[in-house]
Amino acid sequence: MSIDLQTVKKIASLSRISVTDAEAEAMVPELNNILGWVEQLGEVDVTGVEPMTAVIPNKLRLRDDVVTDGDVRDKVLANAPQAEHGFFAVPKVIE
Amino acid sequence: MSELTDLTVAEIRDGFRAGDFSAREVAEAFNKNVAAAKALNAFIVETPEKALEAAGAADRAKAAGEALKPLSGVPIGMKDLFCTEGVQTTAASHMLEGFTPTYESTVSGKLWAAGAGMLGKLNLDQFAMGSSNETSYFGNVISPWRRARKDGGGGDNAALAPGGSSGGSSSAIAARLCPAATGTDTGGSIRQPAAFTGISGIKPTYGRCSRWGIVAFASSLDQAGPMARTVRDNAILLETMAGFDPKDSTSLDLAVPQWEAHLSSDLKGKKVGIPREYRPDGLNAEIAALWDRGIEWLKDAGAEVVDVSLPHTKYALPTYYIIAPAEASSNLARYDGVRYGQRNLPDGAGLQDMYAATRALGFGPEVKRRIMIGTYVLSAGFYDAYYTQAQKVRALIARDFEQAFEKCDLLLTPTAPSASFALGEKQADPLAMYLNDVFTVPASLAGLPAMAVPGGLDAQGLPLGLQIIGKALDEQTVLNAGLAIEERAGFTARPDKWW
Repeated sequence: MSIDLQTVKKIASLSRISVTDAEAEAMVPELNNILGWVEQLGEVDVTGVEPMTAVIPNKLRLRDDVVTDGDVRDKVLANAPQAEHGFFAVPKVIE
Repeated sequence: MSELTDLTVAEIRDGFRAGDFSAREVAEAFNKNVAAAKALNAFIVETPEKALEAAGAADRAKAAGEALKPLSGVPIGMKDLFCTEGVQTTAASHMLEGFTPTYESTVSGKLWAAGAGMLGKLNLDQFAMGSSNETSYFGNVISPWRRARKDGGGGDNAALAPGGSSGGSSSAIAARLCPAATGTDTGGSIRQPAAFTGISGIKPTYGRCSRWGIVAFASSLDQAGPMARTVRDNAILLETMAGFDPKDSTSLDLAVPQWEAHLSSDLKGKKVGIPREYRPDGLNAEIAALWDRGIEWLKDAGAEVVDVSLPHTKYALPTYYIIAPAEASSNLARYDGVRYGQRNLPDGAGLQDMYAATRALGFGPEVKRRIMIGTYVLSAGFYDAYYTQAQKVRALIARDFEQAFEKCDLLLTPTAPSASFALGEKQADPLAMYLNDVFTVPASLAGLPAMAVPGGLDAQGLPLGLQIIGKALDEQTVLNAGLAIEERAGFTARPDKWW
């Protein structure tokens, strides 16, 4: 299946990346090329094959339910583009 | 005595212990080479003071008769994908320009704790996405190698790709700016740049090295590993880098083997599989010839050679280019302009507009392309057709390897389908660039240890590499076969200094 300009704009919106019309248009053939190429996977017979979930058998570990970190507010905020009163600051969300 | 910057990690470690030179002399010599090699653009940040600090600690410990650490006196380069406390970490992106971690990645922390010193943060493809180091926000890394014909004619001064994504690491090691460096490998990002620059590098079994504090690209594939000029140096570094870390849920809770102590190039009793699917029609004749020489070298080392088949090999790349972008689109969702990195807030913009503007500004074209591919293949209605299908094919690719390893102990293949190419040569066509990883991606998808070692020069005078793929957790056999090739290839070529 091939994607059109509207689809590219939709994907960009889902990806939270703003694109100009010209950028979106340039991406149509690029993304179609790549998607057309990966679609060859459709020809592989995968009857009875479980999708892989881990390359090396490993078990998710449980740890004791205790606090292991915290008290590092200033470190957490140290790289924030805007931090105020000990919080991350963002543009107004609710009018 | 030869120049200090020509020494290997093992030679620096042992020479420092023997008192042949001080750690400070070594650090100063490498700092000098780093400062004089701006033309290669291998470093994003240089940290000569860090190298001197570690050297000073090593010299003081030695003078005081204290026990020395495994890497005391050894300076290294750190790929700028590892978070380093107090030192800018960018993943070669504008998005993270100015980001200064308040913590240290597990792998880099282990190296410093073992006595190593940091020469600087090495350039790479942006968010480790690329095969030529042309996607860095901080400019292309240039390979120290240049084309030159052995008969003295027909060469040129075109700037060549050092490979990617660990292109700063490969360029810096080949140019003697550092004796070794860290790399990370998602689909070949240690092995392909190593092959392009005539050095060695190993991607260990998935889970050997902690991913904690490494800027994430595709979490089910990302693995850290060392790059250096010799197999022994790789073994030394990997011993320090590997090990269980409770902070990474996919870290393997296994003891780290003593790979260096058990190095042996005697391959008697080992069976080497030659996968026939890695010899497609049209394989570069010089690479095919090198592969044949590699087979003879391993036979000479005592190994028996068997023909094997990995029938799903041709599907590895398309599988990778669904899974890796899918994971990247999820991992890179964290760059929202709120918690760290750049923020782009157009006048009057709300939160959603800020996200989109920030990400438009902070990501380069290849990163955007992969995020969008990933978003598409994970979107409602397409998930099963693309992502689930890819994970099923991935299971088949892993099964191919399992079945091959019933007949052999390791596999020998070329590392890359070509030698290094000129910068700009493959930029226009993303697919042509993706094909560079055709021989490295299958082992990544299966989580297997794999190593690149240099085998010789092609007619243009550029290095070509061989790849060894091992069974899960059997880095030792991979390293041993690498050593057997290293001893027989006698690769001593180095780039002529022009920078």
